[in-house]
Amino acid sequence: MSRVSDYSWRGAFVARLIIGFAAAVTGARALWVGCAPDPKPRVYFANHNSHGDFVLLWSSLPAHMRGSTRPVAGADYWGKAGVRSFLINKVFRGVLIDRAPKADGPNPIEQMGAVLDGGESLILFPEGTRNLEDGLLPFKSGLFHLATRCPDVELVPVWIDNLKRVMPKGRTLPLPLLCTLTFGTPLQLQEGETKADFLARSREALLALTPEEA
Amino acid sequence: MDRQTLNVFIAVGLFLALASLVGQILKWKKGATPVIDNLNARINAWWVMVAILGVAFFFGKAGVLVLFYLLSFFALREFITLTQTRMGDYPALVAAFYCVLPFQYFLIYIEWYGLFSIFIPVYVFLLMPFLASIGGDTTRFLERTAKVQWGLMICVFSISHVPALLTLNIAGYEGRNLLLIAYLVLVVQSSDVLQYIWGKLFGKTKVAPNLSPSKTLEGLIGGVASATLLGGVLFWMTPFSFFQALGFAFVICLMGFIGGLVMSAIKRDRGVKDWGHMIEGHGGMLDRLDSVCFAAPVFFHLVRFNFT
Repeated sequence: MSRVSDYSWRGAFVARLIIGFAAAVTGARALWVGCAPDPKPRVYFANHNSHGDFVLLWSSLPAHMRGSTRPVAGADYWGKAGVRSFLINKVFRGVLIDRAPKADGPNPIEQMGAVLDGGESLILFPEGTRNLEDGLLPFKSGLFHLATRCPDVELVPVWIDNLKRVMPKGRTLPLPLLCTLTFGTPLQLQEGETKADFLARSREALLALTPEEA
Repeated sequence: MDRQTLNVFIAVGLFLALASLVGQILKWKKGATPVIDNLNARINAWWVMVAILGVAFFFGKAGVLVLFYLLSFFALREFITLTQTRMGDYPALVAAFYCVLPFQYFLIYIEWYGLFSIFIPVYVFLLMPFLASIGGDTTRFLERTAKVQWGLMICVFSISHVPALLTLNIAGYEGRNLLLIAYLVLVVQSSDVLQYIWGKLFGKTKVAPNLSPSKTLEGLIGGVASATLLGGVLFWMTPFSFFQALGFAFVICLMGFIGGLVMSAIKRDRGVKDWGHMIEGHGGMLDRLDSVCFAAPVFFHLVRFNFT
């Protein structure tokens, strides 16, 4: 069911290494609270605090979903040749988009929509950039445009907890603390919902998954 | 592994086989209730834990040191995950995981009693707050440093006193110190298990409803009494006489009970039921080791003071 045709054996090997490393360092646990791990096309949208976020989310998915779930990443950072290019293309099979799309360049919403049309899922960080504070930044409008383009696709909020403590900003050595990923109830764009309302609602849905502080 | 250690493991294996049998009969007679499912999960996890302990014992001193190093690591990671720290604690936490933990076990490996018994309570105690102050973040400073120090005391210092039993030179007991570890682990854990069984069978009066709703007076008395008796009967594993072994076992059980209570209080305060999810049916590593944490240093020093 997963589309692994352009998956080289080297990519698969490195993927296993990364999954093992992420699991060992973070003891990551995936809690499917609001939905079941189902390999139908979905958009997993999560909070973004660290470069490790999509790696952790991606490796915490069940094996049969990993091959058909692709992280959306900025072309400016990941498009560079060498290790990064190998990782994003051969290991994670990322969807590279231009964060400041030009009029004559590819349209990011169309790029993401095509992946969903093809039966695969996406990992998206609607804050658009890494948030170094607590809580969530306001969402960029990409999630709304994608929901308008693909109204039938389920949007699943995923709260990634504790990775900020594992890899604080500007530090290289990760701390071996435990992380959890909470998968919430899928949501969709409602009839006549405005952009502001939809973005606020999806942001609330993600915030609702944060663990309560004692 | 010598003959006696092997016998201990065979006896434990037979007991576990009996437990598995009882668990399956209960499931067959009463159906799969949550309590019975949890009981069977616990028994299955015990098989795995005993097997891991067996492998470590097979490799002798090195095996036991590596095993308890890992147990300390998993415990500390659960402890720090559950306590709130701030960005400014990063240097202190890096030091805790990557320096203090390995160095404590290195000191035990080279059997330097004079340093491993005071390294964390004195030197780390004084240096950690300095590391935490480097970032300049004074928010909840005392609270934060206290938490990291507490985590190191419980998860590294206390647990490391189990393999530290190997460093004791007891006249007439040379080369058999592994058995002393087996004795401690056996008495502590059987006290936990027996308190659980007595509590499930006869438990009525809650002994600390706010801290640990599952602990009952009947379970406490029955469990401690029977585990103390077991510790006495196992005196042949130790350098003690029967009555000495009774006394040691009683202290071990009591410290284990205190440990379970204190660690429960921390969990309640943080609003969780278990420290983690590593061990199916039991919860986290610290849920299984809370009693060992409190019993090990006291047992170590009592034996050292009286028998070396």
